[in-house]
Amino acid sequence: MTGSGFGVGRLRWHWFAAFAAALLLLPLVSETNTPTLLAIWALFALSLGLMWGYAGLLSFGHAAYFGLGAYTYAIASFNIGESTAPLLLALLVPALVAAIIGAMMFYGRISDVYLGVMTLVVTLILNRFMNATAGDAYRIGNARLGGFNGIPAFPTLNVPGDPGEQIYGTPYYYVVVICLLGAYLLARWILASSFGRALVGIRENELRMELIGYDVPALKTLIFSVSAAMAGLAGCLFANWAEIVTPSVFSLGQSAEVIIWVIVGGLGTLIGPMLGAAVLGSLKIALGSQTTVDNSLVLGAILILVVLLIPRGFAPALVAWRRRFASAQAHRRQARGTRRRHVVIRDADA
Amino acid sequence: MSDAAVETRELSVRYGGVLAVNNVSFALRDRELRCLIGPNGAGKSTFFKSVTGQVRGGQASGRVLIRGQDVFGWPTHRIVRLGIGVKTQVPSVMSGLTVEENLWLSARRTLGRQGADAAVDEVVAELGLEGFARRQVGELAHGQRQLAEIGVVLANKPWLVLLDEPAAGITSQETERLVAIIRRINRTAALIVVDHDMHFVRMLDATITVFHQGSILVEGRTADVLADARVREVYLGSRAR
Repeated sequence: MTGSGFGVGRLRWHWFAAFAAALLLLPLVSETNTPTLLAIWALFALSLGLMWGYAGLLSFGHAAYFGLGAYTYAIASFNIGESTAPLLLALLVPALVAAIIGAMMFYGRISDVYLGVMTLVVTLILNRFMNATAGDAYRIGNARLGGFNGIPAFPTLNVPGDPGEQIYGTPYYYVVVICLLGAYLLARWILASSFGRALVGIRENELRMELIGYDVPALKTLIFSVSAAMAGLAGCLFANWAEIVTPSVFSLGQSAEVIIWVIVGGLGTLIGPMLGAAVLGSLKIALGSQTTVDNSLVLGAILILVVLLIPRGFAPALVAWRRRFASAQAHRRQARGTRRRHVVIRDADA
Repeated sequence: MSDAAVETRELSVRYGGVLAVNNVSFALRDRELRCLIGPNGAGKSTFFKSVTGQVRGGQASGRVLIRGQDVFGWPTHRIVRLGIGVKTQVPSVMSGLTVEENLWLSARRTLGRQGADAAVDEVVAELGLEGFARRQVGELAHGQRQLAEIGVVLANKPWLVLLDEPAAGITSQETERLVAIIRRINRTAALIVVDHDMHFVRMLDATITVFHQGSILVEGRTADVLADARVREVYLGSRAR
């Protein structure tokens, strides 16, 4: 179709190239430990932003898939050793779990509120369960689940096919950045496809989409599963960054934070959630080094201020300001041109 | 084997203690135009919904045959994929999308990406939507929104069209235009039109089925039905004059 993009702007490749170059050149001017974590959080926020912003599916428990990715990787790497298969499993297991839960919810036609409650309950169950796995009986192959203490010292990511060559430090940062950029391009591709457009249609009016023949529960289950795979990848990368997995990956705080990142950054955009995660994540890290102000209090205050002052979030607000500025400049140029023409006409008359 | 475009046999729908549709047997031939009329709560819209599998929270029984195929119990999307276009009582459109985008989504499912682009242009021209095709549907006036929804219904080229109150809230000029559009649709598709506007129903001059208390009260040509004493008593009253 010509001229319109279902609320999804065209990908500007020069901007994408500049953004990618900035991320890839960052290690020249900065340490990479914190940027790696921020990029992982950005990927996690992107996974929720895609599903919530474009298909209208809000999961209050997205940390479930982040945590499943982390635990799957840790357990699989203990049992397999080489990290390629565990990495793939960290995508597949959350995707499969989400597909099963999603199919039950969407074919069961539960409403939005119950969707939120169901996703929240799944996270809480996983959190409680993982906390209760301290005994020696809780082991999967060689991996002990470890209860509250989690799973430490599992083999981290290695160069594919070479378990002895582990990836850490700056090379690991590059792996995370490539995953983030890849996920962003995948999300763009999905949104530009007929599937992505149908998702936007579902967000706008589910009944109408059904009445024109779309299998709405199937499409919702699919995007729920894709989003869970992305969150699982983020969880797996987080596990490799932290080199330990604990039940805190399933915590309510983790689920709430990602929602705040998406809202503050800008729901209905892809850049917004990533931006929100990077900015608020930096703030969280900065605040973590002091004890005067409570971290959650600041995050909550920021959320309230953003909802009141810029309800659509930062990314859409920045785009609107840029448009307004460009249009004001165009008006000024036009007015200057008109004045000049008047002067020329007056001079000619004289 | 039924050769009707749509047929129901002993169709009933119950919501708790209320029997909204009561044992309705109904048939519509290919390319036939039929109007359903009746007082509020007579079961017209519920009947519509039960034909397209939209009865939720209610108990339905009976049979629904679309070109001879029993679709009772099928999910809505599977039923409409047989080639049915549905306009709902309250306009149901993607308000945050433009008219073109609404039409495209409808056309895309049946016609593919390339076919959808062409179908959008065709429907825009056919319904005269050029003036507001690129505007968000949520910004449009009620009549324009009704027309946009009819466009969505037509964009995937249905052979059976169900229109629930298409003339509600539109001007008399728009009603005349709507009648012309319905006649054009009727050249290639069978139609069932539910409406309260008797002026509009008279203009369509089709076979009328009158619903009363969930059942079919009477069926026949416009003039005969409007002259029927039972119809006057339960529904038309002063409207018939």
